[in-house]
Amino acid sequence: MATPGAPLVAPVPLVWRLVTVVEVVDETPHARTLALDVPDWPGHVAGQHLDVRLTAEDGYVAERSYSIASAPEDARVALTVERIDDGEVSPYLAGELVVGDQFEVRGPVGGHFTWRAQDGGPLLLVAGGSGLVPLMAMVRHRAARASGAATELLVSSREREAVLYRDELERLASAEDGLNVVYTLTRSRPAGWSGYARRVDAPMLAEVGPAASASPRVFVCGPTPFVEAVADALVSLGHAAENVHTERFGPTGG
Amino acid sequence: MPPFSRGFHRRPPREDVDPSRVPPGQYVVNDFPVLSAGPTPRPKLDEWSFSVQGAVDGAASWTWEELNALPQETFTVDIHCVTKWTKLGTTWTGVSVDTLMDGVATEAEYVSVWADGGYTTNVPLEDLRDGKAWVVHTFDGEPLEPAHGGPARLLVPHLYFWKSAKWVRGLTLTVEDEPGFWENAGYNNYGDPWREQRYWGD
Repeated sequence: MATPGAPLVAPVPLVWRLVTVVEVVDETPHARTLALDVPDWPGHVAGQHLDVRLTAEDGYVAERSYSIASAPEDARVALTVERIDDGEVSPYLAGELVVGDQFEVRGPVGGHFTWRAQDGGPLLLVAGGSGLVPLMAMVRHRAARASGAATELLVSSREREAVLYRDELERLASAEDGLNVVYTLTRSRPAGWSGYARRVDAPMLAEVGPAASASPRVFVCGPTPFVEAVADALVSLGHAAENVHTERFGPTGG
Repeated sequence: MPPFSRGFHRRPPREDVDPSRVPPGQYVVNDFPVLSAGPTPRPKLDEWSFSVQGAVDGAASWTWEELNALPQETFTVDIHCVTKWTKLGTTWTGVSVDTLMDGVATEAEYVSVWADGGYTTNVPLEDLRDGKAWVVHTFDGEPLEPAHGGPARLLVPHLYFWKSAKWVRGLTLTVEDEPGFWENAGYNNYGDPWREQRYWGD
């Protein structure tokens, strides 16, 4: 685990801000991106998250945390929310909300799971399912800053249709500026699929690289069993624990 | 009151949950989510030790066997994670910090809790004494799993759960308050869930 350096945010209270949904994008059958107009957003670092607060007409309040999908350079703050069918908040955010609706957020929050272009590379980003969201903020930040840091992005998904940001990733990878995107599909594959077809394991991580000897900064995000398995495999390959940053979410995100 | 979120409604309250046990902004889970910032450490028990050190007279250290030979307490508490989940009625076994501090003299008022993996968190000493905190190694009658902080973690149930350091290895008594890993990264220095002290300034 890395020791955090200077705080990423000034030591000021995090205030609730009323945001307006300005665009809704269906990313997959289960996930939706909300582009938000956030007045006086203090800015964020790629990888950070924010808190969402919803208030029902009877005064009932629900709060949840969501990773920020947009780069710090983007004009709008974007969240990508995966719908958990028996959840309380995600079915609303990823189903009910329409352009023009408002809710509250505060943030940004989080200091260890962050990457700035000036931190440099090489980078190894490993995403399980919607764990891609904070890693996408890093990839977008990298592109916005033309960082060129050697970056391997390994995306694990049940099926191709469940991969977030597919077209954008294809476009970013085709720039051939040092970003390489590798997929593994664990449940079903399209005809003729030539990529990986199993859960992420140590041999796959060794093939994708960069090797531990290159001391890449590694960021792993996904469900807990995924993150546990990937982090253990990385340590077994010789990656220093302090270079391996993890962010985990369970099935209870709601 | 904040503005309404059009079309958002509360779900029917769970009949098995006493709302007075759920702090503001929290929701109750039945599973046990895992959150940590890096790979799970797996220390060897024959090389493991727990120490009380720093600004003290009579620094003390225990091996794994010695810790397990101390008086053990089994207790049931509610735990509250700053990421919004609350888990009610969790049962743990371990050694009270009162037992570990027995025979340790100090005028320090703060503790820097440290753990394998480089994690630290700061807690006022008075929040660890008088039956308020334990070093636990057993959850629901089973050895604590590594992902949940095994072989041993601190348990300070009246504060947000990041204060309950996983993979805990020692308490360093300090004269000055020394913010730890999350406290340096925007999270509240004290972390009282009932006052919803999640972040700086809360």
